[in-house]
Amino acid sequence: MTERVRADVAIVGGGIAGCAAAVALRAAGMTVVLLEKQLCGAGASGVNFGGVRQQGRDLAELPLARRGRAIWEGLNERVSDDVEFVASGHLKLARSDADMAQLEAYAAAAAEFGLRLELLGRDAVRKSAPWVGPGVVGGSLCAEDGHANPRVVGPAYARLARRMGADVREHAEVASAARADDGFVTTTAQLEVRSRFLVNCAGVAAGTIAGWFGERAPVRPIVPNMVVTEPLPFLVDRSLGVCGGGVYLRQIARGNVIFGGGDGWADAECRRSRPLTRTTLGAMREALALVPALEGCHVIRTWTGIDGEMPDVIPVIGFSSTTPDLVHAFGFSGHGFQLGPVMGEIVAELVTQGRSASPLEPFAIERFIEPAVAPGTAVATEP
Amino acid sequence: MGAAGVVHDDSRAAHGRASLEGQGRMAGLLQRAIDRSAPAVVLTIDGEPVQARAGDLLITAVLLHRTALRSFEFGPGARAGFCWMGACQDCWVRLADGRRVRACSTTVEPGMAVLIEGEPAG
Amino acid sequence: MSPLADPVVVVVGAGPAGVRAAEVLVRAGLRPVVLDEAERPGGQVYRQPPAAATGLRFDTYGFERRKAHAIHGVLVDHGAGIDYRPRTLVWNVFERRLDLLTPQGHAELHFDRLLLATGAMDRVVPFPGWTLPGVYTLGGAQIALKSQGIAIGRRVAFVGAGPLLPLVTHQYAKAGVPVVASLDATPFGTKVAQLPGLLASAATAAKGLWYVGRNAARGVGVRHGIRALRVEGEQRVEALAWRDASGAEHRVACDAVGASFGLRVEAQLADLAGCRFAYAPDARQWLPERTAEGRTTVPGVYLAGDGARIGGADVAELQGRRTALALLEDLGHAVDAPEAAQLDRALARQARFRRALDAAYPFPSHLLDGVADDEVVCRCEGITAGALRRAAREKDVREVNRTKALTRVGMGRCQGRVCGEAAAELLARACGMDLGEVGRLRAQPPVKPIPIVASTA
Repeated sequence: MTERVRADVAIVGGGIAGCAAAVALRAAGMTVVLLEKQLCGAGASGVNFGGVRQQGRDLAELPLARRGRAIWEGLNERVSDDVEFVASGHLKLARSDADMAQLEAYAAAAAEFGLRLELLGRDAVRKSAPWVGPGVVGGSLCAEDGHANPRVVGPAYARLARRMGADVREHAEVASAARADDGFVTTTAQLEVRSRFLVNCAGVAAGTIAGWFGERAPVRPIVPNMVVTEPLPFLVDRSLGVCGGGVYLRQIARGNVIFGGGDGWADAECRRSRPLTRTTLGAMREALALVPALEGCHVIRTWTGIDGEMPDVIPVIGFSSTTPDLVHAFGFSGHGFQLGPVMGEIVAELVTQGRSASPLEPFAIERFIEPAVAPGTAVATEP
Repeated sequence: MGAAGVVHDDSRAAHGRASLEGQGRMAGLLQRAIDRSAPAVVLTIDGEPVQARAGDLLITAVLLHRTALRSFEFGPGARAGFCWMGACQDCWVRLADGRRVRACSTTVEPGMAVLIEGEPAG
Repeated sequence: MSPLADPVVVVVGAGPAGVRAAEVLVRAGLRPVVLDEAERPGGQVYRQPPAAATGLRFDTYGFERRKAHAIHGVLVDHGAGIDYRPRTLVWNVFERRLDLLTPQGHAELHFDRLLLATGAMDRVVPFPGWTLPGVYTLGGAQIALKSQGIAIGRRVAFVGAGPLLPLVTHQYAKAGVPVVASLDATPFGTKVAQLPGLLASAATAAKGLWYVGRNAARGVGVRHGIRALRVEGEQRVEALAWRDASGAEHRVACDAVGASFGLRVEAQLADLAGCRFAYAPDARQWLPERTAEGRTTVPGVYLAGDGARIGGADVAELQGRRTALALLEDLGHAVDAPEAAQLDRALARQARFRRALDAAYPFPSHLLDGVADDEVVCRCEGITAGALRRAAREKDVREVNRTKALTRVGMGRCQGRVCGEAAAELLARACGMDLGEVGRLRAQPPVKPIPIVASTA
């Protein structure tokens, strides 16, 4: 027996972006149905490293990340929960002169966007972070960056959306979505949702959904391989990264050290994922090099999830290139956590006003349109 | 790792002390119900030498002389093990050489330096 | 499955199930690998003292001494015929590979066939004072005595919900340790009612009655039908208080308490191996699915002993042998049908006894009805029953893994071994759901803590 539901907006995907969009759209007075295939916030939103980070982003993302940073400040009150956000500072470490040059170049470029980064040489970084390993030659500190608990943010947004009157359906995997009449019809095993607008926040599955509307969006599954230690005396007071991105590490107030780097395993259907031991052991070696005091401490758990990465490692955000009233927000490529809250506002702007206050051109889905080769066109060959 | 920064109630168990020479009645949590002869093994707890026997598990060696293995990270009180079979993970202790070992599955070695209240050197 | 030349067959666990399985495998011409987390074989039920613990003159195994010594002797007798690797923790299974922590560091082992015999641990119910120094599981109290000659205190009280209670009471009393109370949280009436079924295994029943009789003769009779209990003390155990079946309150001064309520399967590796689980209402826990012969839903992975379902040491030996036969059959070996049939008959007899025993000692879930909000449920992380109930009430939580994500219950070093079942019981009560509806904590590697080290083996 199919349940039939109507709403102004149907949102596919109950991660932070989707749930935040539900909240923002409700605030704008739109009726909302959100369809999440498992539990809200249990996908990539819930399994990632937890970095709330502006530093290191592609410059195209900086305006969004700067705008989003303000939302993190008051997030506990907004979602009536403790998201455990700590502005610990993000310390990106250089392990070579080339790394250091990279940090310097980025600091200069980021300054244009209002992001203040403090460059630290070999002595300064040791003064600031005495626990750092001998291979570190310097670093770049973004004092206002930090970290939060990814497990609680998505669910908190989902509850807020419900309180505000959004119809949030969990265990509701979308089977189809298509234009119909003056809007869209989206179906799950039990539901048929008719809506004026459709928002595609479906994470690693979003490329498939884009494909239903004739659009190319090559989302590659990536599997963050996360590791957590037993509680340890508090030592690492910054969220850590490295040039090249191979390892990232943070310590929470309770003392557990969370770190990651490299890929786990996922099955072909992107339903199951598992940590890979080779990756975990490699991450341990990298973490030890950054924080030698971890030697002999114990890892108590590893976990993974499935995120979606775009070829240019920045998301797809914006209107569909083929279908009016279809908004895409996916492909966060392993660094969507900090952007989740602001994505809610941006999606709501697109739906309600047709444009966003944030510059979205670099994220257009059109960038993946493959140039067509007209029949009869000569193709250049090697001489 | 360095100094403990986790804030918790500082009340501690009144740990019994037993001198190296005078075994007497050890005021620890546990007692030897079935005595056995075995070579003595000397270990230290927070720097103080105490005696155990070859074949004692570390949980035995420590709790014959003390009433706790470690303090609880997230509140007042202490922990002294629970399941004795390596499942509950309650009996981890820190050694002065930086190692962390599970006391119920580690046999005591001469010279082992267990830290319950103290900090590792360096 | 096609026949393999020289298959790598790995047995995890060297208790009665693992050892008997290895024995059958080596008799068939294989050289099984036996991975044992402990230093010496025997598992927990036939646990041996450390090799260096000389001079321990104690009737460790009582009536079971012949069985225990037989189990210990198997690996000795077969020598290099069995590739026995002690002090080896299996912390992960993925595809056909095991991740190991050995004395030399990290290692991996590829297998063609895997037989998991990982045993059980005590089932824990939180009560006031249960995290005080001096409170141990009932099994822990026994292990201390068996493997170290150590008593958990000088005036000891025991609380249980199974045949382990009269046994440990007897063992401590025999060792000269004053046992000031021996409390059974299950009713006396169920034992009477199950007597016919219990007599299906007359020898075992007789032993049980003998312990009960000895205890009574010493004045440490078991009291049945305990309704609530509480450990008192500031820094350590000082007293045990309880309410009996009639509602009367009691209190005894003591300095140690051994308390646990039945057993729970250690099935994390079965979970990581991909075995399907089902909720078993009679056991009141989730169990990995297992055929009578020991096969699981994963081809090439087998289960035997308490790690699949609580059955006791004798059942574990029989299952170890029967499952090894199934494994051999699947490898293309000729089946010794009479031996298999004999084992099946013995297992069927044991099953009748086990059903009666489980009914004689039903899990005392009434103890979970009165858990206060400020009671610690997750002892690793210090998470209270109140936090669990708040999550159910305020955070739409209806499932244990979600509970873990939002309250931290089960996130500690023990990964939910101690708190998982109790957390599920409390969540089900808070949500008004059946226990089987709130799910089970999913295993995540490593199944036990592993050290961060600079180099891998």
